[in-house]
Amino acid sequence: MGWIGESVDSIKSLQFRQVLTQVVSLGMIVTSALIIWKGLMCFTGSESPVVVVLSGSMEPGFKRGDILFLHMSKDPIRAGEIVVFNVDGREIPIVHRVIKVHERKDTGEVDVLTKGDNNFGDDRLLYAHGQLWLNRHHIMGRAVGFLPYVGWVTIIMTEKPIIKYILIGALGLLVVTAKD
Amino acid sequence: MRRNMGEIYITAYQRDKGETLTLQHRSRLGKMHSFGNRLNTLLTFSGLLLAVLCILTTTISSNFNEEGPPVNAHAEVLKVNRLRKQLSGNDEVILTLNVSMDLRSAFTWNMKQAFVFVAAEYETAKNSVNQVSLWDHIILDKGHANIQTQVTTKYSLIDQGSNLRGKEIKFVLHWYVMPKIGKTIEKQMVMSDFRLPEAYT
Repeated sequence: MGWIGESVDSIKSLQFRQVLTQVVSLGMIVTSALIIWKGLMCFTGSESPVVVVLSGSMEPGFKRGDILFLHMSKDPIRAGEIVVFNVDGREIPIVHRVIKVHERKDTGEVDVLTKGDNNFGDDRLLYAHGQLWLNRHHIMGRAVGFLPYVGWVTIIMTEKPIIKYILIGALGLLVVTAKD
Repeated sequence: MRRNMGEIYITAYQRDKGETLTLQHRSRLGKMHSFGNRLNTLLTFSGLLLAVLCILTTTISSNFNEEGPPVNAHAEVLKVNRLRKQLSGNDEVILTLNVSMDLRSAFTWNMKQAFVFVAAEYETAKNSVNQVSLWDHIILDKGHANIQTQVTTKYSLIDQGSNLRGKEIKFVLHWYVMPKIGKTIEKQMVMSDFRLPEAYT
């Protein structure tokens, strides 16, 4: 009771300017996060520059919970590269390795086949019904960098939303009640 | 001690601005270095420092390894098991290969695995680039980086069309060095040429 009462008192005793400062600083935090994200999007040329690995299909290279940095350049796609692609009718993008490439002479279009390092067969079963190849527009980017374990934060938060709300609540309270 | 620091700060402030400070300011300045503040600063700074060190060490070391010492590799065809036309109209080839490679020189401290594969590469009238992986392998440590093996193609060589009879193909060894942290390094090396048979088996 005492702690909550104190907090309520401290909120009540805040002056208008202090509240304003806190709102502005909160806004600064949110906008700078947004700036970093959008800046990364411009810099890497990929729609989602950072992805979290959700499955073990690329083990032992990528484990569940690893973070990948994507880059989408004009460079042609070649065998061996690890690409992130979207299949029509599937919401979650997949990170797998390219094992076959056929590039057309006249138009420069590519047909690509992928496979997870840890999977037995290639990805034709994962593609849309009747789809044999991936094309350029399916591919969101290629994985260039890698950061282990950090993605677990996101996985835990999506799987246990309650933790997310508790965290957001605690942070919000901290921002509101903290002086300076 | 803490209070003293606050007061020193105030006098400096007063001298600069020529202003008098109210009691409220004074008490707030006294609270400036609370335990939470110190912990926050310490954690932020050490986190930043770790990130910078991490980036520096990985980029510098991967730049050192950019050129890398030469790697020995060799591939030859022992047998053409099959060359046929599939029902879909595409040519399919199954080969038995003798593959040897020594990638020990490519291993460094920041190396989680090397993904190696042998690709058949060729050109056709329709496609300027055809890359088909025939066999791949994951090397996890330096002790297993010297490989000498006979393999039947893990993925059969299937063309887009029927251009494989008498086709000259190149065997290219690709290796992708995946680091424990940082940037992936990719290298490749042409190992040998091979002309496929003129007739279906």
